[in-house]
Amino acid sequence: MKYSIFSLARAALSGHKNWQRTWRDATPKDHYDVVIIGGGGHGLATAWFLASEYGIKNVAVLEKGWIGSGNAGRNTTIIRSNYGLPGNTGFYELSMKLWERMEQDLNYNAMVSQRGVVNLYHSDAQRDAYARRGNTMRINGIDAELLDLTAVKKMMPFLNFDNARFPVQGGLLQRRGGTARHDAVVWGYAHAASALGVDIIQNCEVTGFVRDANGKVTGVETSRGKIGAGKVGMAVAGSSSRVAAMAGLRLPIESHVLQAFVSEAIKPLLPNVMTFGAGHFYVSQSDKGGLVFGGDIDGYNSYAQRGNMPVMEDVCEGGMALMPMIGRVRLLRQWGGIMDMSMDGSPIIDKSPVDGLYLNAGWCYGGFKATPGSGFVFAHLLARDTPHEEAAKFRLDRFRRGAMIDEKGQGAQPNLH
Amino acid sequence: MRIVCPFCGERELGEFTYLGDAKPVRPVAGASEDEVFDYVYLRDNVAGATSEYWYHGGGCRAWLKVARNTLTHEISSVEPALGAGAARVGA
Repeated sequence: MKYSIFSLARAALSGHKNWQRTWRDATPKDHYDVVIIGGGGHGLATAWFLASEYGIKNVAVLEKGWIGSGNAGRNTTIIRSNYGLPGNTGFYELSMKLWERMEQDLNYNAMVSQRGVVNLYHSDAQRDAYARRGNTMRINGIDAELLDLTAVKKMMPFLNFDNARFPVQGGLLQRRGGTARHDAVVWGYAHAASALGVDIIQNCEVTGFVRDANGKVTGVETSRGKIGAGKVGMAVAGSSSRVAAMAGLRLPIESHVLQAFVSEAIKPLLPNVMTFGAGHFYVSQSDKGGLVFGGDIDGYNSYAQRGNMPVMEDVCEGGMALMPMIGRVRLLRQWGGIMDMSMDGSPIIDKSPVDGLYLNAGWCYGGFKATPGSGFVFAHLLARDTPHEEAAKFRLDRFRRGAMIDEKGQGAQPNLH
Repeated sequence: MRIVCPFCGERELGEFTYLGDAKPVRPVAGASEDEVFDYVYLRDNVAGATSEYWYHGGGCRAWLKVARNTLTHEISSVEPALGAGAARVGA
Protein backbone atom coordinates (compact mmCIF):
# COMPACT_ATOMS: atom_id res chain seq x y z
CA MET A 1 0.00 0.00 0.00
CA LYS A 2 1.16 3.51 -0.81
CA TYR A 3 1.05 6.12 1.92
CA SER A 4 0.09 9.69 1.09
CA ILE A 5 -2.13 12.52 2.27
CA PHE A 6 -4.94 10.85 0.31
CA SER A 7 -4.50 7.45 1.97
CA LEU A 8 -4.50 9.24 5.32
CA ALA A 9 -7.69 11.12 4.45
CA ARG A 10 -9.40 7.94 3.22
CA ALA A 11 -8.45 6.10 6.38
CA ALA A 12 -9.59 9.00 8.53
CA LEU A 13 -13.00 9.01 6.84
CA SER A 14 -13.44 5.34 7.67
CA GLY A 15 -12.43 5.86 11.28
CA HIS A 16 -8.91 4.45 10.79
CA LYS A 17 -10.38 0.96 10.76
CA ASN A 18 -9.16 -0.08 7.32
CA TRP A 19 -5.40 0.29 7.49
CA GLN A 20 -3.75 -2.63 5.73
CA ARG A 21 -0.82 -4.55 7.13
CA THR A 22 2.28 -2.72 5.93
CA TRP A 23 4.40 -5.80 5.10
CA ARG A 24 3.87 -9.50 4.42
CA ASP A 25 4.61 -12.02 7.16
CA ALA A 26 6.02 -14.68 4.85
CA THR A 27 6.50 -18.41 5.22
CA PRO A 28 9.88 -19.77 4.14
CA LYS A 29 10.50 -21.07 0.61
CA ASP A 30 13.03 -23.82 -0.10
CA HIS A 31 15.67 -21.58 -1.59
CA TYR A 32 16.63 -17.91 -1.89
CA ASP A 33 19.43 -16.14 -3.74
CA VAL A 34 20.32 -14.36 -0.53
CA VAL A 35 19.31 -15.19 3.03
CA ILE A 36 19.89 -12.51 5.63
CA ILE A 37 20.01 -13.57 9.26
CA GLY A 38 18.60 -10.90 11.53
CA GLY A 39 15.43 -8.86 11.07
CA GLY A 40 16.66 -5.68 12.63
CA GLY A 41 17.27 -2.37 10.92
CA HIS A 42 20.51 -3.50 9.30
CA GLY A 43 19.14 -6.78 7.98
CA LEU A 44 15.96 -5.25 6.59
CA ALA A 45 17.85 -2.30 5.08
CA THR A 46 20.22 -4.77 3.42
CA ALA A 47 17.28 -6.66 1.93
CA TRP A 48 15.69 -3.46 0.65
CA PHE A 49 18.91 -2.22 -0.98
CA LEU A 50 19.49 -5.66 -2.52
CA ALA A 51 16.04 -5.50 -4.10
CA SER A 52 15.95 -1.81 -5.02
CA GLU A 53 19.58 -1.00 -5.93
CA TYR A 54 21.01 -4.33 -6.98
CA GLY A 55 17.99 -6.07 -8.51
CA ILE A 56 18.22 -9.13 -6.26
CA LYS A 57 14.66 -9.74 -5.15
CA ASN A 58 14.69 -13.42 -4.24
CA VAL A 59 15.74 -12.55 -0.70
CA ALA A 60 14.65 -13.70 2.76
CA VAL A 61 15.20 -11.99 6.08
CA LEU A 62 15.11 -14.46 8.97
CA GLU A 63 14.27 -13.16 12.41
CA LYS A 64 14.40 -15.21 15.61
CA GLY A 65 11.67 -13.18 17.32
CA TRP A 66 9.71 -10.35 15.77
CA ILE A 67 11.35 -7.75 13.54
CA GLY A 68 12.98 -4.94 15.48
CA SER A 69 12.95 -6.91 18.72
CA GLY A 70 16.71 -6.70 19.23
CA ASN A 71 18.89 -3.64 19.24
CA ALA A 72 16.72 -1.83 16.69
CA GLY A 73 14.20 -1.46 19.51
CA ARG A 74 16.74 -0.74 22.25
CA ASN A 75 18.78 2.24 21.09
CA THR A 76 18.62 5.97 21.81
CA THR A 77 17.61 6.81 18.21
CA ILE A 78 20.46 9.23 17.50
CA ILE A 79 21.71 9.83 13.97
CA ARG A 80 24.93 11.74 13.19
CA SER A 81 28.08 11.58 11.09
CA ASN A 82 30.65 13.30 13.31
CA TYR A 83 33.42 10.74 13.07
CA GLY A 84 37.09 11.61 12.77
CA LEU A 85 38.98 8.72 11.21
CA PRO A 86 39.33 7.71 7.57
CA GLY A 87 37.03 4.74 6.99
CA ASN A 88 34.43 6.00 9.43
CA THR A 89 34.05 9.58 8.19
CA GLY A 90 32.89 8.76 4.68
CA PHE A 91 30.81 5.79 5.69
CA TYR A 92 28.78 7.59 8.35
CA GLU A 93 28.23 10.54 6.01
CA LEU A 94 26.94 8.12 3.36
CA SER A 95 24.56 6.86 6.00
CA MET A 96 23.56 10.42 6.98
CA LYS A 97 22.73 11.23 3.35
CA LEU A 98 20.61 8.10 3.15
CA TRP A 99 18.75 9.14 6.31
CA GLU A 100 17.94 12.42 4.61
CA ARG A 101 16.12 10.71 1.75
CA MET A 102 14.94 7.57 3.52
CA GLU A 103 11.31 8.55 4.03
CA GLN A 104 10.86 9.42 0.36
CA ASP A 105 12.73 6.29 -0.74
CA LEU A 106 10.66 4.03 1.48
CA ASN A 107 7.34 5.89 1.34
CA TYR A 108 7.27 5.64 5.11
CA ASN A 109 7.35 8.25 7.86
CA ALA A 110 10.38 7.40 9.99
CA MET A 111 10.15 10.73 11.84
CA VAL A 112 13.69 11.67 10.83
CA SER A 113 14.33 14.86 12.73
CA GLN A 114 17.48 16.85 11.97
CA ARG A 115 17.40 18.75 15.23
CA GLY A 116 21.18 18.89 15.58
CA VAL A 117 23.71 17.07 17.75
CA VAL A 118 25.84 19.12 20.17
CA ASN A 119 28.87 17.62 21.89
CA LEU A 120 29.76 19.88 24.80
CA TYR A 121 33.38 20.59 25.70
CA HIS A 122 34.62 21.46 29.15
CA SER A 123 38.31 22.30 28.83
CA ASP A 124 40.73 23.98 26.44
CA ALA A 125 42.16 20.63 25.45
CA GLN A 126 38.74 19.23 24.67
CA ARG A 127 37.87 22.33 22.63
CA ASP A 128 41.01 21.75 20.56
CA ALA A 129 40.12 18.10 20.05
CA TYR A 130 36.59 19.02 18.97
CA ALA A 131 37.87 21.78 16.68
CA ARG A 132 40.08 19.18 15.05
CA ARG A 133 37.20 16.77 14.68
CA GLY A 134 35.01 19.52 13.25
CA ASN A 135 37.72 20.43 10.75
CA THR A 136 38.09 16.78 9.77
CA MET A 137 34.37 16.65 9.14
CA ARG A 138 34.37 19.86 7.11
CA ILE A 139 37.22 18.86 4.82
CA ASN A 140 35.21 15.70 4.16
CA GLY A 141 32.18 17.74 3.18
CA ILE A 142 30.26 17.20 6.44
CA ASP A 143 28.68 20.09 8.32
CA ALA A 144 30.24 21.04 11.64
CA GLU A 145 30.25 24.21 13.72
CA LEU A 146 32.32 24.97 16.78
CA LEU A 147 30.15 26.84 19.27
CA ASP A 148 31.52 29.10 21.97
CA LEU A 149 29.96 29.52 25.38
CA THR A 150 27.66 32.36 24.28
CA ALA A 151 26.23 30.26 21.47
CA VAL A 152 25.65 27.27 23.76
CA LYS A 153 23.97 29.51 26.36
CA LYS A 154 21.65 30.85 23.71
CA MET A 155 20.78 27.39 22.45
CA MET A 156 20.44 25.68 25.84
CA PRO A 157 19.98 28.29 28.56
CA PHE A 158 18.84 25.63 31.03
CA LEU A 159 22.24 23.93 31.36
CA ASN A 160 24.24 24.26 34.54
CA PHE A 161 26.89 26.84 33.62
CA ASP A 162 28.15 27.11 37.21
CA ASN A 163 29.78 23.68 37.32
CA ALA A 164 33.22 24.58 38.70
CA ARG A 165 34.75 21.17 38.07
CA PHE A 166 33.52 20.71 34.48
CA PRO A 167 32.50 24.15 33.21
CA VAL A 168 30.67 24.17 29.88
CA GLN A 169 32.94 26.09 27.50
CA GLY A 170 31.18 25.42 24.22
CA GLY A 171 30.29 22.60 21.88
CA LEU A 172 30.71 20.99 18.50
CA LEU A 173 27.46 21.11 16.57
CA GLN A 174 26.35 19.01 13.64
CA ARG A 175 23.07 20.57 12.56
CA ARG A 176 22.18 17.74 10.18
CA GLY A 177 22.38 15.21 13.01
CA GLY A 178 19.32 14.39 15.09
CA THR A 179 16.99 11.50 15.79
CA ALA A 180 14.74 9.05 13.96
CA ARG A 181 11.90 6.88 15.20
CA HIS A 182 13.60 3.51 15.65
CA ASP A 183 10.55 1.26 15.18
CA ALA A 184 9.42 3.19 12.12
CA VAL A 185 12.86 2.64 10.58
CA VAL A 186 12.37 -1.11 10.96
CA TRP A 187 8.80 -1.04 9.71
CA GLY A 188 9.71 1.32 6.87
CA TYR A 189 12.41 -0.99 5.51
CA ALA A 190 10.11 -4.00 6.03
CA HIS A 191 7.31 -2.16 4.19
CA ALA A 192 9.45 -1.22 1.20
CA ALA A 193 11.40 -4.50 1.01
CA SER A 194 8.25 -6.59 1.28
CA ALA A 195 6.67 -4.60 -1.55
CA LEU A 196 9.62 -5.54 -3.77
CA GLY A 197 9.15 -9.25 -3.01
CA VAL A 198 11.48 -9.79 -0.07
CA ASP A 199 10.24 -12.49 2.32
CA ILE A 200 10.30 -11.40 5.96
CA ILE A 201 10.14 -14.52 8.10
CA GLN A 202 9.61 -14.12 11.83
CA ASN A 203 9.96 -16.64 14.65
CA CYS A 204 12.61 -18.35 12.55
CA GLU A 205 15.77 -18.97 14.52
CA VAL A 206 18.89 -20.05 12.66
CA THR A 207 20.32 -23.11 14.38
CA GLY A 208 23.11 -24.05 12.00
CA PHE A 209 24.64 -23.67 8.56
CA VAL A 210 24.28 -26.10 5.68
CA ARG A 211 27.67 -26.67 4.03
CA ASP A 212 28.62 -28.51 0.86
CA ALA A 213 31.59 -30.85 0.41
CA ASN A 214 33.95 -27.87 -0.05
CA GLY A 215 32.73 -26.20 3.12
CA LYS A 216 30.76 -23.54 1.25
CA VAL A 217 27.65 -22.35 3.03
CA THR A 218 24.65 -23.34 0.91
CA GLY A 219 21.86 -22.64 3.35
CA VAL A 220 20.76 -22.48 6.94
CA GLU A 221 19.08 -24.83 9.37
CA THR A 222 16.30 -23.04 11.17
CA SER A 223 13.53 -23.66 13.67
CA ARG A 224 11.23 -23.61 10.62
CA GLY A 225 13.24 -26.08 8.57
CA LYS A 226 16.12 -26.00 6.14
CA ILE A 227 16.38 -23.01 3.80
CA GLY A 228 18.78 -23.07 0.88
CA ALA A 229 20.71 -19.93 -0.05
CA GLY A 230 23.09 -18.74 -2.74
CA LYS A 231 24.66 -16.48 -0.13
CA VAL A 232 24.06 -15.95 3.56
CA GLY A 233 24.55 -12.57 5.22
CA MET A 234 24.69 -12.13 8.99
CA ALA A 235 23.30 -8.93 10.50
CA VAL A 236 22.91 -10.06 14.09
CA ALA A 237 25.03 -7.56 16.03
CA GLY A 238 25.10 -8.53 19.69
CA SER A 239 25.01 -12.21 18.79
CA SER A 240 27.55 -12.25 15.95
CA SER A 241 29.98 -14.48 17.85
CA ARG A 242 27.23 -17.03 18.56
CA VAL A 243 26.05 -17.23 14.97
CA ALA A 244 29.60 -17.20 13.55
CA ALA A 245 30.52 -20.03 15.94
CA MET A 246 27.97 -22.23 14.11
CA ALA A 247 30.24 -21.86 11.09
CA GLY A 248 33.35 -22.53 13.18
CA LEU A 249 34.50 -18.91 13.26
CA ARG A 250 35.91 -16.89 16.15
CA LEU A 251 35.56 -13.14 15.82
CA PRO A 252 37.45 -10.14 17.25
CA ILE A 253 34.30 -9.23 19.17
CA GLU A 254 32.96 -9.33 22.73
CA SER A 255 29.27 -8.96 23.60
CA HIS A 256 28.54 -6.28 26.18
CA VAL A 257 25.38 -4.79 27.63
CA LEU A 258 24.48 -1.15 27.05
CA GLN A 259 21.66 0.39 29.05
CA ALA A 260 19.32 3.15 27.93
CA PHE A 261 16.74 5.12 29.84
CA VAL A 262 13.64 7.19 29.35
CA SER A 263 12.12 9.59 31.83
CA GLU A 264 8.48 10.44 32.33
CA ALA A 265 7.22 12.98 29.80
CA ILE A 266 7.96 16.63 30.45
CA LYS A 267 7.18 19.77 28.46
CA PRO A 268 9.44 20.52 25.45
CA LEU A 269 12.88 21.28 26.82
CA LEU A 270 15.74 19.92 24.78
CA PRO A 271 16.01 21.42 21.29
CA ASN A 272 18.54 18.88 20.07
CA VAL A 273 20.65 15.87 20.93
CA MET A 274 23.22 16.81 23.53
CA THR A 275 26.24 15.02 25.00
CA PHE A 276 28.18 15.73 28.17
CA GLY A 277 31.89 15.88 27.39
CA ALA A 278 33.19 15.30 30.91
CA GLY A 279 31.38 12.03 31.48
CA HIS A 280 29.43 9.69 29.29
CA PHE A 281 25.89 10.99 28.96
CA TYR A 282 23.85 11.66 25.83
CA VAL A 283 20.26 12.77 25.74
CA SER A 284 17.44 13.86 23.48
CA GLN A 285 13.75 14.43 24.08
CA SER A 286 11.24 12.25 22.31
CA ASP A 287 8.15 13.71 20.69
CA LYS A 288 6.15 12.20 23.53
CA GLY A 289 8.18 14.33 25.94
CA GLY A 290 10.36 11.74 27.63
CA LEU A 291 14.07 12.36 28.00
CA VAL A 292 15.81 9.49 26.21
CA PHE A 293 19.34 9.03 27.44
CA GLY A 294 22.24 6.69 27.90
CA GLY A 295 25.91 6.43 28.79
CA ASP A 296 28.64 3.83 28.87
CA ILE A 297 28.32 0.10 28.46
CA ASP A 298 28.38 -1.80 31.76
CA GLY A 299 31.84 -3.10 30.94
CA TYR A 300 31.57 -6.86 31.39
CA ASN A 301 30.63 -9.52 28.84
CA SER A 302 26.91 -10.12 28.82
CA TYR A 303 24.10 -11.58 26.75
CA ALA A 304 21.50 -10.84 29.42
CA GLN A 305 19.86 -7.72 27.90
CA ARG A 306 19.85 -6.07 31.30
CA GLY A 307 22.46 -4.09 33.20
CA ASN A 308 23.39 -3.15 36.71
CA MET A 309 23.19 -0.22 39.10
CA PRO A 310 26.69 1.36 38.94
CA VAL A 311 26.28 2.44 35.32
CA MET A 312 22.73 3.61 35.96
CA GLU A 313 24.05 5.81 38.77
CA ASP A 314 26.92 7.09 36.63
CA VAL A 315 24.62 8.00 33.75
CA CYS A 316 22.17 9.80 36.01
CA GLU A 317 25.02 11.68 37.68
CA GLY A 318 26.14 12.84 34.24
CA GLY A 319 22.64 14.11 33.55
CA MET A 320 22.45 15.87 36.89
CA ALA A 321 25.82 17.55 36.32
CA LEU A 322 24.44 19.18 33.18
CA MET A 323 20.78 19.65 34.04
CA PRO A 324 20.23 19.76 37.83
CA MET A 325 16.59 20.62 37.28
CA ILE A 326 15.81 17.11 36.02
CA GLY A 327 16.59 15.74 39.50
CA ARG A 328 12.92 15.37 40.35
CA VAL A 329 11.92 13.91 37.01
CA ARG A 330 11.21 10.23 37.46
CA LEU A 331 12.79 7.49 35.44
CA LEU A 332 10.06 5.77 33.49
CA ARG A 333 11.85 2.84 31.91
CA GLN A 334 15.31 1.39 31.63
CA TRP A 335 16.51 -1.46 29.45
CA GLY A 336 19.60 -3.14 28.07
CA GLY A 337 20.75 -4.25 24.65
CA ILE A 338 23.66 -6.47 23.66
CA MET A 339 26.44 -4.80 21.69
CA ASP A 340 29.02 -6.38 19.41
CA MET A 341 32.05 -4.62 20.90
CA SER A 342 34.83 -5.02 18.36
CA MET A 343 38.52 -4.84 19.14
CA ASP A 344 38.95 -1.35 17.68
CA GLY A 345 35.47 0.09 18.19
CA SER A 346 34.59 0.00 14.48
CA PRO A 347 32.36 -2.33 12.48
CA ILE A 348 33.21 -5.30 10.29
CA ILE A 349 31.50 -5.63 6.90
CA ASP A 350 33.26 -8.27 4.90
CA LYS A 351 33.21 -11.72 3.42
CA SER A 352 33.91 -14.24 6.13
CA PRO A 353 36.66 -16.84 5.77
CA VAL A 354 33.84 -19.34 5.09
CA ASP A 355 32.75 -19.29 1.45
CA GLY A 356 29.18 -18.11 1.02
CA LEU A 357 28.94 -16.45 4.45
CA TYR A 358 29.11 -12.66 4.79
CA LEU A 359 29.58 -10.62 7.95
CA ASN A 360 27.93 -7.42 9.09
CA ALA A 361 29.04 -7.13 12.69
CA GLY A 362 30.94 -5.24 15.37
CA TRP A 363 28.76 -2.14 15.55
CA CYS A 364 29.69 -1.46 19.15
CA TYR A 365 27.08 0.98 20.40
CA GLY A 366 26.83 3.02 17.23
CA GLY A 367 24.73 0.77 15.06
CA PHE A 368 21.47 2.68 14.84
CA LYS A 369 22.83 5.73 13.00
CA ALA A 370 24.55 3.37 10.58
CA THR A 371 21.35 1.53 9.62
CA PRO A 372 20.86 2.84 6.05
CA GLY A 373 24.57 3.00 5.24
CA SER A 374 25.14 -0.46 6.63
CA GLY A 375 22.30 -1.87 4.55
CA PHE A 376 23.58 -0.16 1.43
CA VAL A 377 27.21 -1.29 1.64
CA PHE A 378 26.29 -4.79 2.85
CA ALA A 379 23.91 -5.18 -0.08
CA HIS A 380 26.75 -4.03 -2.35
CA LEU A 381 29.08 -6.64 -0.85
CA LEU A 382 26.48 -9.41 -1.19
CA ALA A 383 25.59 -8.45 -4.75
CA ARG A 384 29.05 -7.68 -6.14
CA ASP A 385 31.36 -9.71 -3.90
CA THR A 386 33.57 -6.66 -3.45
CA PRO A 387 33.37 -4.11 -0.64
CA HIS A 388 31.66 -0.81 -1.33
CA GLU A 389 34.28 1.96 -1.50
CA GLU A 390 32.92 3.62 1.65
CA ALA A 391 33.23 0.35 3.57
CA ALA A 392 36.58 -0.70 2.13
CA LYS A 393 38.33 -0.27 5.47
CA PHE A 394 35.83 -2.34 7.52
CA ARG A 395 37.63 -5.56 6.68
CA LEU A 396 37.86 -8.53 9.00
CA ASP A 397 41.59 -8.93 8.39
CA ARG A 398 42.41 -5.36 9.46
CA PHE A 399 43.28 -6.58 12.96
CA ARG A 400 45.89 -8.93 11.60
CA ARG A 401 47.22 -6.24 9.27
CA GLY A 402 47.37 -3.62 12.03
CA ALA A 403 44.95 -1.38 10.12
CA MET A 404 42.63 -0.69 13.03
CA ILE A 405 40.08 2.14 12.99
CA ASP A 406 40.26 3.07 16.66
CA GLU A 407 38.43 6.39 17.20
CA LYS A 408 38.97 6.28 20.93
CA GLY A 409 42.55 5.02 20.85
CA GLN A 410 41.92 2.31 23.44
CA GLY A 411 43.52 -0.68 21.72
CA ALA A 412 42.22 -4.23 21.81
CA GLN A 413 40.11 -3.84 24.97
CA PRO A 414 36.50 -3.91 23.78
CA ASN A 415 34.89 -2.70 27.01
CA LEU A 416 36.81 0.59 26.76
CA HIS A 417 35.61 1.58 23.29
CA MET B 1 25.30 -8.19 40.42
CA ARG B 2 27.47 -8.29 43.54
CA ILE B 3 30.78 -10.06 43.88
CA VAL B 4 31.85 -11.95 46.99
CA CYS B 5 35.53 -11.09 47.22
CA PRO B 6 37.44 -13.87 49.02
CA PHE B 7 39.32 -11.20 50.97
CA CYS B 8 36.70 -8.51 51.58
CA GLY B 9 33.35 -10.28 51.49
CA GLU B 10 30.34 -9.29 49.40
CA ARG B 11 30.84 -5.93 47.70
CA GLU B 12 28.95 -3.88 45.15
CA LEU B 13 29.92 -4.04 41.50
CA GLY B 14 31.23 -0.46 41.33
CA GLU B 15 34.30 -1.49 43.34
CA PHE B 16 35.43 -3.89 40.62
CA THR B 17 37.00 -3.44 37.20
CA TYR B 18 36.64 -5.97 34.43
CA LEU B 19 39.51 -7.30 32.37
CA GLY B 20 37.82 -10.09 30.43
CA ASP B 21 37.94 -13.76 29.57
CA ALA B 22 40.47 -15.65 31.70
CA LYS B 23 41.04 -18.26 29.01
CA PRO B 24 43.52 -16.56 26.66
CA VAL B 25 47.09 -17.21 27.81
CA ARG B 26 49.83 -14.79 26.85
CA PRO B 27 52.03 -16.52 24.26
CA VAL B 28 55.67 -17.15 25.08
CA ALA B 29 58.29 -14.80 23.67
CA GLY B 30 59.05 -15.84 20.13
CA ALA B 31 55.56 -17.26 19.55
CA SER B 32 54.25 -17.17 16.01
CA GLU B 33 52.30 -14.21 14.65
CA ASP B 34 49.17 -16.39 14.51
CA GLU B 35 49.39 -17.19 18.21
CA VAL B 36 49.86 -13.55 19.15
CA PHE B 37 47.00 -12.47 16.86
CA ASP B 38 44.74 -15.06 18.40
CA TYR B 39 45.65 -13.98 21.95
CA VAL B 40 45.24 -10.26 21.35
CA TYR B 41 42.19 -10.17 19.08
CA LEU B 42 40.09 -13.32 18.95
CA ARG B 43 37.59 -14.21 21.65
CA ASP B 44 35.27 -17.16 22.30
CA ASN B 45 32.71 -14.61 23.59
CA VAL B 46 30.84 -17.39 25.36
CA ALA B 47 27.10 -17.19 25.93
CA GLY B 48 26.82 -19.13 29.17
CA ALA B 49 29.28 -20.23 31.84
CA THR B 50 32.65 -18.52 31.58
CA SER B 51 35.66 -17.66 33.69
CA GLU B 52 37.02 -14.13 33.76
CA TYR B 53 39.36 -11.73 35.52
CA TRP B 54 38.07 -8.90 37.72
CA TYR B 55 40.16 -6.42 39.73
CA HIS B 56 38.98 -5.30 43.16
CA GLY B 57 40.29 -1.74 42.87
CA GLY B 58 37.82 -0.37 45.41
CA GLY B 59 38.85 -2.91 48.04
CA CYS B 60 41.82 -5.22 48.49
CA ARG B 61 43.20 -4.48 45.01
CA ALA B 62 43.53 -8.19 44.29
CA TRP B 63 42.93 -9.79 40.92
CA LEU B 64 40.10 -12.29 41.07
CA LYS B 65 39.05 -15.15 38.85
CA VAL B 66 35.28 -15.14 38.69
CA ALA B 67 33.12 -17.94 37.25
CA ARG B 68 30.04 -16.21 35.87
CA ASN B 69 27.22 -16.93 33.46
CA THR B 70 26.96 -14.29 30.73
CA LEU B 71 23.32 -15.18 30.04
CA THR B 72 22.11 -14.70 33.62
CA HIS B 73 24.95 -12.75 35.38
CA GLU B 74 24.93 -15.51 38.01
CA ILE B 75 28.30 -15.89 39.75
CA SER B 76 29.17 -19.44 40.81
CA SER B 77 32.65 -18.96 42.27
CA VAL B 78 35.24 -16.28 43.01
CA GLU B 79 38.86 -17.21 43.58
CA PRO B 80 42.01 -15.18 43.98
CA ALA B 81 43.89 -15.05 40.72
CA LEU B 82 47.55 -15.93 40.82
CA GLY B 83 49.47 -12.82 41.75
CA ALA B 84 50.40 -10.49 44.54
CA GLY B 85 47.01 -10.39 46.27
CA ALA B 86 46.68 -14.15 46.29
CA ALA B 87 50.27 -14.69 47.40
CA ARG B 88 49.82 -12.37 50.37
CA VAL B 89 47.18 -14.53 52.00
CA GLY B 90 48.75 -17.78 50.92
CA ALA B 91 45.88 -18.67 48.57
